[in-house]
Amino acid sequence: MSATATPVIALVGCPNSGKTALFNALTGSRQKVANYPGVTVERRAGAFVTAAGRRIQVLDLPGTYSLRARSPDEAVTRDVVLGRFVGEMPPDALLVVADATNLRLALRLVLELKHTGRTLILAVNMIDIARRQGAEIDLKRLESELGVPVVATVAVRKGGIADLLGQIDRTIDRHAPQAPADWHEPNADELRATHHEAERILKACLARPADASVTARIDQVLLHPVAGILILLALLFLIFQAVFTWAQPAMDLIKNGFDALAGVVDATLPKGMLHSLITDGIIAGVGSVLVFLPQILLLFFFIILLEDSGYMARAAFLMDRIMGGAGLHGRAFIPLLSSFACAIPGIMATRVIDNRRDRLTTILVAPLMTCSARIPVYTLIISAFVPARTVWAGMQLQGLVMFALYAIGILSALTVAFVLKRLVWPHDADPFLLELPGYKLPSVQNLVFGLWQRTTIFLRRAGTIIFALMVVIWFLSSVPGAPPEATEPAINYSIAGIVGHWLAPLLAPIGFNWQIAIALIPGLAAREVAVAALGTVYAIADQGEAAKSALGPVLAANWSLPTALALLAWYIFAPQCVATLGVIRRETNSWRWPAVAFLYMITLAYLAAFATYHISAALLS
Amino acid sequence: MPDSTTIKTLPLGLAAKGFRGRVARVGSPASVGDDAELERRLIEMGFIEGAAVQLLHEGFIGRDPIAVRVDDTTVAVRRRDARLILVDPEG
Repeated sequence: MSATATPVIALVGCPNSGKTALFNALTGSRQKVANYPGVTVERRAGAFVTAAGRRIQVLDLPGTYSLRARSPDEAVTRDVVLGRFVGEMPPDALLVVADATNLRLALRLVLELKHTGRTLILAVNMIDIARRQGAEIDLKRLESELGVPVVATVAVRKGGIADLLGQIDRTIDRHAPQAPADWHEPNADELRATHHEAERILKACLARPADASVTARIDQVLLHPVAGILILLALLFLIFQAVFTWAQPAMDLIKNGFDALAGVVDATLPKGMLHSLITDGIIAGVGSVLVFLPQILLLFFFIILLEDSGYMARAAFLMDRIMGGAGLHGRAFIPLLSSFACAIPGIMATRVIDNRRDRLTTILVAPLMTCSARIPVYTLIISAFVPARTVWAGMQLQGLVMFALYAIGILSALTVAFVLKRLVWPHDADPFLLELPGYKLPSVQNLVFGLWQRTTIFLRRAGTIIFALMVVIWFLSSVPGAPPEATEPAINYSIAGIVGHWLAPLLAPIGFNWQIAIALIPGLAAREVAVAALGTVYAIADQGEAAKSALGPVLAANWSLPTALALLAWYIFAPQCVATLGVIRRETNSWRWPAVAFLYMITLAYLAAFATYHISAALLS
Repeated sequence: MPDSTTIKTLPLGLAAKGFRGRVARVGSPASVGDDAELERRLIEMGFIEGAAVQLLHEGFIGRDPIAVRVDDTTVAVRRRDARLILVDPEG
């Protein structure tokens, strides 16, 4: 360890050990979250100052049960610990975080880590919970048995890491040389031997084990085959309501705020390209990013609450069989449910899925879930083209069509997931092996922290991409402007207009005319924009709600029924939302997957529109 | 010499809810490929010869997956994967 360089400590530990809470307690707001280069694993780094005034850099590594890496996350932990990770300094010390109520597996990890030759400190975390449950742990004996300094911590309590800070100072002062590294991947028998040794040590140091009966009693209800599922469904409904309905007032507030801002610009700048850039490009672009925040915050509020309390693992347990049949992971339920409101928070929520392929599958099918932005488009076309008749014992035909569109969206998502799981990625040797941690009271501090982190990550990474794409779309739709003697709407003269006319023959086989072709380009910004875009193309002078009611009859007069139905089919599948692509880019850390999503969705959209157009034309003639 | 018919060793994947016992063997020396990997994963989660096991809960559909208490850890596992764990009933 060099005397001048800032020492680097890496946090290692089993999942559910409270490692992240300890990281938060150490670093406070001095944290930075990014991605390790080339992989989708998050890199969480921070810094803190010890009591002796020494500055330490700390890295929170992904949780793992052993250094044998079975996922990209665990591979990062293994490589950073061993000093093999390119571009990452080998850590000067490892801080192993253990759950005091569940020491057995952590002790085995410590024994394995000793083979890496790194200096170790063991933090026995959540010691308060263990003591409350009646456990008596002889920390001094543990220290001598392991040959590693042992400190008790309570990460979520103020002052709970004081002992740890002191120990870190002492460890770094000792300047102990690194022991020779002789770690290799253990085989089954070596694992057994280490495990038996860990058991021996635990027996020697644990005078009385923790009493886990409270968790067991709660699980009698929450994991009950009937009651458990009902409680889960009620919870999922609550989450859905929150993201779908409760977020709405806040979203409206943000939208109104930005409209007001645009109004101010309206009053101060003369109409022209600059005015349009600021109001329709920049303000609308920023507004379109910020408007997602209420949904993201509400969704992650629930997710963090469920994770920290320990319930998330139970939800995965209950959902496993149902989701598995459709080729999805048990934890995909919350992301997909959120995607009914909007795929943006839904895709961000897929981080609860550890398995990379399951996560990718969920990310790729989330946009197919009928999101709320499709509703204005569906409503417009249904009210203009579907007669308000009653069929089959009192059911409204218009309502039936809307329901059918919803159902097809869900079914297509499940089908694509099935295809991906069975045909594209068939051999996935990742067994379902999930620890059900003891129930814990979530810490408010952690909750606020987690929400703050998700917000800044969204704004900084996804937000910048979404904003950039919005400005590009504005540019395509507004430049060049209409010439002074223009007779048609300005959009016809823009790049979007030119491209639209050029695309029209390609879209003619699915029944789309050139007006639709043009409208689809600004319609890439978001699904509900299609309504305003069609309004612009058909030169509807009204704005907002009045435009919708004026537009309906215009469409009914200009389009055939097969064309309208084909557009509905198109909208079930088409990737008319760059924000979705932006978030996929952020969550997968590459442009490949947004490209894959775009291509497969537009292909499905074309095929569906084609089939719908020709079949309905044949049936109606 | 103990009568082998009185010790009803069975795969954990076939045990009923409420089962209590101890792990007799995990995997086998002849395990290859996916099974060998599964054996290591199970050991890492605490399924090791001599550990006390208790089958606490099972899923709603097809009684799968199962939640098993192994020593002081509770683990969810699919019955298909739990067949690699041979257990002896208590008592």
